Amino acid sequence: MIEARGLRKSFGPVAAVTDVGFTAGDRAVTGLLGPNGAGKSTTLRMIYTVLRPDAGRIAIDGVDALTEAEAARRRIGVLSAQPGLYRELSVRENIRYFGALHGLGRAELAQRVEELIEQLGLADCALRRAGTLSQGQRVKTALARALVHSPQNVLLDEPTNGLDVPAIRTLREIILALKAAGKCVLFSSHVMQEVGAVCDRLVVIAQGRVVADATPAELAAGHDGRLEDAFVAAVGAGSP
Amino acid sequence: MGRTRRWRQFLVVLVKELTESARDRRTMLTALLLGPVGGPLLFAVMMSLGIERGQTDTHEPARIAIVGGQYAPELTGFLVSAGAEVLTIPPRPALDGGATAAAEEALKAKRARVAIVIGPEFGTKLRAGRPAPLGVYADSSDHHAQGVRSRVLAWLNAYGSGLAAARLQVRGVSPEVVTPFSIDEVDIATPASRALLMLGMLSYFILLATLIGGLHTAIDMTAGERERGSLEPLLALPVARSTLVLAKLSAACVYMTLALSITLLAFGLALPHVGLEALGMRANFGPGVAARIFLVVLPFVPVGAALLTLVASFTRSYREAQTWLSFVLLVPTLPIVFASLYQIEPQARYVIVPSLGQHLLITALLRDDGLLWPLWLLSALSCTALAMALAALSLNLWRRESLLG
Repeated sequence: MIEARGLRKSFGPVAAVTDVGFTAGDRAVTGLLGPNGAGKSTTLRMIYTVLRPDAGRIAIDGVDALTEAEAARRRIGVLSAQPGLYRELSVRENIRYFGALHGLGRAELAQRVEELIEQLGLADCALRRAGTLSQGQRVKTALARALVHSPQNVLLDEPTNGLDVPAIRTLREIILALKAAGKCVLFSSHVMQEVGAVCDRLVVIAQGRVVADATPAELAAGHDGRLEDAFVAAVGAGSP
Repeated sequence: MGRTRRWRQFLVVLVKELTESARDRRTMLTALLLGPVGGPLLFAVMMSLGIERGQTDTHEPARIAIVGGQYAPELTGFLVSAGAEVLTIPPRPALDGGATAAAEEALKAKRARVAIVIGPEFGTKLRAGRPAPLGVYADSSDHHAQGVRSRVLAWLNAYGSGLAAARLQVRGVSPEVVTPFSIDEVDIATPASRALLMLGMLSYFILLATLIGGLHTAIDMTAGERERGSLEPLLALPVARSTLVLAKLSAACVYMTLALSITLLAFGLALPHVGLEALGMRANFGPGVAARIFLVVLPFVPVGAALLTLVASFTRSYREAQTWLSFVLLVPTLPIVFASLYQIEPQARYVIVPSLGQHLLITALLRDDGLLWPLWLLSALSCTALAMALAALSLNLWRRESLLG
């Protein structure tokens, strides 16, 4: 479970996030939604501890992410906006590297890596170097790397960027499987369709603050069931 | 438990960095071949050419053109018996420049390296015991002419001294009266120290190749990770940043040490093929000296790795890092230039400067002075202190958000 309260972050004179707070529960998929530059990535980066908020609190499964960053990091798996693989390492080695850094034992690590390669359909390219992969294979490898230590909380920053339809479908299945396993999934997107299909809860961010926090059904209710209209209305209401 | 965990993570990162660099063919080519083998090879070729040039100067036949040789047949005969290849040239008509023009023409046409012009009054003045004029023409921009010119001047002096001695004896004066000094020139340079002048560049080549060995790894660990987006997922792992920095620094050190070893091996193989013996020198570069040079440069390795890492941490991209670091590669040369300009001897206050200390200790080794252990210890301590300070600065940068770019 991820709890964020009153987050604020500025880069010099630019206020990226002014007031963001929400709760992403276990056994649920939470969508962080907003137009480009709304502050989604900054919010996620604060949650996965590479940015330090100017104000506010973050708790991962009750662990304070600001004071006990290392303990919090153990409970999260991160797919950042760029897959960021090591080109000279094979798919399997890329996954194994992160697992080893998480402290997985040899046998456990080997088993987990093979499991993920199977689950994500990476068996054909497991021995290939990451530099030669297609965009879809890259994202899948990065996702496997994020899941290698079976984290309770999974953070995905715009995971569908650059993916084709079958790859998006695989991703959706994985997200739903994680939810079924009781995990807390938090992902950001600016594409309505993919969010509506999998999310239990939507947190809409515009101009650095939360403008809506509801289930997709609640959000769409006032707009003839059209989520996209609800999104545009919410974002529009948030701007001055 | 915490310590074991950190140690294990350190090893995981170290092994990954080594593997990744080893698979990049271009990196390996630069780090372990171009620097460590190319440098010594270039050095050996440069030295060989230099030696060959020195030799051709003395073996070059002294081709002399003599204008007006008929006025001094004895002198011409003396020069021929001394070993000169004499070419007698008739002077041109006076209106066309006379003897001078003929001499210049012979030099320009490369028919001779040096031309001697003898005037018609030469014989008369010589017989009268008055200075007889001689013109010696040579092109000072022609390197090959210099050796011939100095030999011709020496021959002329010898011929003149013989004449002077004969004149004095005729007048009943011993020639020794006009020779107040008996000069005995002794060169106390040992063969090794003479070679040193040319081997002075060696320490620079060694330091440079060592630095190049760690260049890629140092860039890759910050600018590279940032550029391909792997830095952020890495920092979101439960790994202390100090573990990451130290492991990456160690990876750079491993490659630098490897580059250093290959460089010394290459020098050891290349130097015997340089004909130093022809100049009465010998390359004092046996396995013992190479091993001691390795010991001397080893403390410099972490300094170089930390310096490269620190600079790479400031830069935003791989390309920018490369630009800055090629400038950093010049830094260790400055103390060496300083040392050669002022002919500094190994002393405590100099060896504590990294790179200068290495240069001075290597120079002493090449001069057969052996390894100066107290100075080595001092140099190693100061290098270690500086490396730790630079690593601490890098770590400080790694703790900041601005590292993410």
